[in-house]
Amino acid sequence: MATKDDIKFLSNPNIGQQRKKYCRFKKFGIKHIDYKDGDFLLQFINEQGKLLPRRITGNSLKYQRKVATAVKRARHLGILPYLADLLK
Amino acid sequence: MKQYEVTFVVDPVLSVDEVKSTAQTYIDWLQQNGCKLVHVDEMGLRQLAYQINRRSSGFYYCIEFQSETGDFITKFELALQRDERVMRYLTISLDKFGIKYNQDKRDGKIGKKVVKKDKVAPNAPTPSPAPVVEAPPVEVPKVEVPSVADVSEEN
Repeated sequence: MATKDDIKFLSNPNIGQQRKKYCRFKKFGIKHIDYKDGDFLLQFINEQGKLLPRRITGNSLKYQRKVATAVKRARHLGILPYLADLLK
Repeated sequence: MKQYEVTFVVDPVLSVDEVKSTAQTYIDWLQQNGCKLVHVDEMGLRQLAYQINRRSSGFYYCIEFQSETGDFITKFELALQRDERVMRYLTISLDKFGIKYNQDKRDGKIGKKVVKKDKVAPNAPTPSPAPVVEAPPVEVPKVEVPSVADVSEEN
């Protein structure tokens, strides 16, 4: 009988694995999201200026809500666009 | 005692003195209403993400203040609303994390890490290429120049 160590894979099994997503606010202990920092908020919106969903950014619900308010405040003040084309 | 933060955008068509006096009127207004000013941040002329009143840039001001009551804020916002020199305004009340964040930002604790990383990155590669550069320039022109000249003459 072949033991577990004897089994060889044709391709590296780690290649297809997805990296585990994490909430950057929890991980780095960021408690407050500044609406005046447009460059930082740019990470959470797509090319059209729409908010990215949690399943892509990996934010926890608590901080996703804070990101959303910050982006909306920034839009109001003209720091981020409501509509955009090729933002990045 | 609650801490508030008001950000507003002033019309860029005005002269610098007018912009400053506009901001000063609101700072005075707040002080007259018994507010304790924490910090006034002049963020300067910035490009807007979209046009507001056919202007594509604006002077940003951010005033942080403490107050016992928030009753006067409706009046304050009404004044900002009626002022034609102010294009946009936003008043928010800060929670404890917001207060700490702004304090850290003023002390330069936030954003400093990025500067350090930038400094380390350029310093590391510079020492290594320096000795390499010295050797080739002496030899290269002697070899290359005649070959280029030969080609041009032949053509």
